[in-house]
Amino acid sequence: MTEHNVRNFNINFGPQHPAAHGVLRLVLELDGEVVSRVDPHIGLLHRGTEKLIEQKTYLQAVPYFDRLDYVAPMNQEHAFALATERLLGIEVPKRGQVIRVLYSEIGRILSHLLNVTTQALDIGALTPPLWGFEEREKLMVFYERASGARMHAAYFRPGGVHQDIPEKLVEDIGKWIDPFLQTVTDLDELLTENRIFKQRNVDIGVVSLEDAWAWGFSGVMVRGSGARWDLRKSQPYECYSEMDFQIPIGKNGDCYDRYLIRMEEMRQSAEIMRQCVNRLLSTERTGPVSNTDGKVVPPKRAAMKRSMEALIHHFKLYTEGYRVPEGEVYAAVEAPKGEFGVYLVSDGTNKPYRCKLRAPGFAHLQAMDFMCRGHMLADVSAVLGSLDIVFGEVDR
Amino acid sequence: MSEALRDLAGYIEERLDGKIETAVVAHGELTLNVAASDIVDVLSFLKRDVQCQFISFIDICGADYPTREKRFDVVYHLLSPRQNQRIRVKVTTDEDTPVPSATSVFPGADWFEREAYDLYGILFTGHPELRRILTDYGFEGHPLRKDFPVTGFVEVRYDDEVKRVVYEPVELKQEFRNFDFLSPWEGTDYVLPGDEKARQG
Repeated sequence: MTEHNVRNFNINFGPQHPAAHGVLRLVLELDGEVVSRVDPHIGLLHRGTEKLIEQKTYLQAVPYFDRLDYVAPMNQEHAFALATERLLGIEVPKRGQVIRVLYSEIGRILSHLLNVTTQALDIGALTPPLWGFEEREKLMVFYERASGARMHAAYFRPGGVHQDIPEKLVEDIGKWIDPFLQTVTDLDELLTENRIFKQRNVDIGVVSLEDAWAWGFSGVMVRGSGARWDLRKSQPYECYSEMDFQIPIGKNGDCYDRYLIRMEEMRQSAEIMRQCVNRLLSTERTGPVSNTDGKVVPPKRAAMKRSMEALIHHFKLYTEGYRVPEGEVYAAVEAPKGEFGVYLVSDGTNKPYRCKLRAPGFAHLQAMDFMCRGHMLADVSAVLGSLDIVFGEVDR
Repeated sequence: MSEALRDLAGYIEERLDGKIETAVVAHGELTLNVAASDIVDVLSFLKRDVQCQFISFIDICGADYPTREKRFDVVYHLLSPRQNQRIRVKVTTDEDTPVPSATSVFPGADWFEREAYDLYGILFTGHPELRRILTDYGFEGHPLRKDFPVTGFVEVRYDDEVKRVVYEPVELKQEFRNFDFLSPWEGTDYVLPGDEKARQG
């Protein structure tokens, strides 16, 4: 073959391709079947969340966070609630903290279930999503029973959580844990030693730890490369310091290690949930679930029937909202996908002056070019699957 | 926590003689203000110095303060997994003055700078390819500036006659209503005579 017969191909991957996990458009430059350049085009789901938050009071901003990473909604609200609480200088009562941890871990399992099983789907396995989504459905019912909504919960609000949860719900969550661990074992048997799954994942998309930090990776992406780093352990928030759990870390930094970490994290999350359930049924059985100061969290309806003061506070807090002292904070949580941070600037009024959302998926996705270069075209979807991308948070 | 941050601030100020304009510790976080021309030196020092090791790149974002002479803040967040500390570095700039790009120090800064350019119009020199990232192809304006209206200027719809999506100026059936419930007075400070004695005790 002469030189001029050889040419590179440019192909469009997405935005309607199912393995693009949403609305990602990848412009791939191919040399034969080897990827020589990846140019992700994002922003097809850009809704201007940060601009909208600047127009709303602090309480009205909460629902926007559900719509970022819509696979694990409450974890995002958590970061915003922590940032606002730090500016206000208020504390969350213990029972509220335990409920938050419980639901954060439910969110983590929701996200990992979706990621692990659809990654298997991307590379040809159909059964895992069917098994995983059954469990997700049950978890969403727990979301609904606590907040009234399956996904867009608006449940973690600055000062605590919106409502207390009934004891029956806590018991049901406790009963869900053991069957779930069996499901994880079943998934494990389907995938972990599966020859096709290993061929598609082992040694694909290897990232060294140094690169991982410099590219802004976090969460599973740095742990897969061997970092002992988890914000729940290293910079504990809420009552994570009182929980007993292990952090799995990887050795090789490839897609397979990241898959193994997610599987183990689901088991660890289930253990944290078990501890939360036990505490909610024993030591933290009763008590307030949100700040009792009355200047941030609106009073309950029963109080409004009897107290004029409560009625006034309710009205003021749902119209004007509360003023947040001037200042700036950066609060981060260990979201399922990595470090989700909120950089919140307040000018002393009832609306945030600037609210920057630091989404882990944004930093991960920009490394697509770096990770896919030299890999085969078919590996692109495996790498993309292991990055755990959700477009709600990438495009904001 | 803030004691360790103050020590760290003192150390950085000593080593980077004169490049740190101010170092503030507030809400348990350290903020360094530096000149835009020094940002690459400061970031690479923070990344490479043994006592700092801010090797993890977290975030770059803009912020708009239209009343100031230099209206934009560019805010860098870094994390040191070894020291278990976070740091915030801020520079100020305006619409025309570019900021040196951090991509040479942290490759991950690429998209974050593109985002700051897209949403605020902040320019970066030395960036490999400073083009829009989040907004539509062919978008005009910088939406996160405070003087950009929430409703925007153009809207899109699918036109059945020309069989494609068309762009038209925004037409609102009802004027955009921005409710401002901010009360003009602060809450009453109930001073009861004798309360100060309880606080002293």
